[in-house]
Amino acid sequence: MNTSDPQSVIPQSGNGAGQSRRRFLQTSGLVTLAAMVAGCTTLRSAKTTGQGAAAEEGMIDLGTGDIGILNYALALEGLEAEFYTKVMNRPYAGMTADEKQVLTDIRDHEIVHREFLRRALGRDAIAPLTYDFSSVDFANRESVLKTAMTFEDLGVSAYNGAGKLLADPANLTTAGKIVSVEARHAEVIRELIAPGTEEYSSYGLDPARGPAHILSVANPYFGSKISARQWSEDKEEATNY
Amino acid sequence: MHTQISFPSLISRRSVVRQLSIATAGALVAPRVLSLMSNDAHAALLGDQSRDVLNFALTLERLESGFYAQAVKTDGLIPPEHQDAFSRIAKNEALHVTLLGTVLLGQIDQKTEFDYMAGGRFPDVFSNFQTFLSVAQTFEDTGVRAYKGQAPNLMPNKLLLTVALKIHSVEARHAAQIRRIRGEKAWITGSSRGSLSGNSQASYDGDDSMEQGGVNLSGLKGVPNSAIGEAFDEPLTKEQVLAIVQPFIKNG
Repeated sequence: MNTSDPQSVIPQSGNGAGQSRRRFLQTSGLVTLAAMVAGCTTLRSAKTTGQGAAAEEGMIDLGTGDIGILNYALALEGLEAEFYTKVMNRPYAGMTADEKQVLTDIRDHEIVHREFLRRALGRDAIAPLTYDFSSVDFANRESVLKTAMTFEDLGVSAYNGAGKLLADPANLTTAGKIVSVEARHAEVIRELIAPGTEEYSSYGLDPARGPAHILSVANPYFGSKISARQWSEDKEEATNY
Repeated sequence: MHTQISFPSLISRRSVVRQLSIATAGALVAPRVLSLMSNDAHAALLGDQSRDVLNFALTLERLESGFYAQAVKTDGLIPPEHQDAFSRIAKNEALHVTLLGTVLLGQIDQKTEFDYMAGGRFPDVFSNFQTFLSVAQTFEDTGVRAYKGQAPNLMPNKLLLTVALKIHSVEARHAAQIRRIRGEKAWITGSSRGSLSGNSQASYDGDDSMEQGGVNLSGLKGVPNSAIGEAFDEPLTKEQVLAIVQPFIKNG
């Protein structure tokens, strides 16, 4: 796998004559398109004071560039794999045959994603993580499925938000191969919770979320918390459409 | 060459803007800014490559949108218990068409006309629910692979890439939902078309890769090999996708 220069991920100020026009397009064009696409989302300034810049003692840092983003994916896939492994180690009472099949398949897919990312990253991979599922009642169907829905929707929006941060097209394609399977998972989980009422988006678009949001949802489930503090604020801000 | 692109008429721009306003409630800011943006600026903003990708995506979305629009208004086709689902899918696809059309504005290629019976391959597509579902599943699974194949071409424009990704995962949700209604797993096992007819096989060919990013995953401990193929949806090239949808294109 190619490892890219982390700097190339960050949109730098351009050089030369095209600069002023590009700046115009960025401010009047892209931002507007962004507002259109977001539909109802106000562009939000991501001054992550106290969160992004502060020292985060004891947290696991994802690193930068494509490696950092793939480690981010690895952390989320590891969380899902661990969750579904626990679900199937002790299935909740009344789990139907269909649910068993679905949750077993999803567990296996998440294990494949985790192991793939770990091997692809090799020695750049973050160390194995610890988890905290104390908020989940594994004996309770609703608790399990709602947590599953949280994780799957989170995964979809995380990959959607991370796509444009990747510098290497091959990594983007690989992330794309995974995210649509996460979306398939998300859909089935929603169907199991409330058949026929899958209202995932009002505008036919899934969310794309930046790491600050994603990690704020995911970190309660990690023993040692995850940090993307080396990711620039530019990246985070640009993700919030 | 961006400079060769003709200006859209003011009327068509207004109508697009009106559609957009209706479609996306929060887009109140859009009409004013679109009217301020020159067409040259718009063409430059898109770039030739993005324009081609978006036109390709728009064709696929129009294919889907027209298909579901006709299905939901065909009495007796969709059983009551599935009408909400297909109304929602129809609405999603219509919004994708509006969105892509708006982003493209005057840069839209000639509109393709569709034949959902595909030259007689699916003669009962709007009278037999199972046939309808089969075509729907093929469209959705193909759409997922089509967007995936185009993502790298949108990398120069991070906004458009993100838009495409936001659509891409919704197509995957549709695919999963329709597959489940058909009694299939929500994910694609190997390159299997499941219970679909051979007409749909090209949409599944090549989806069975055991190798990702240079890593051979075959024989991974603790999971069946089938899970490896299921865990990744593979991209299709534009040419592969056009060959798949060609029977649905009138005078294609």
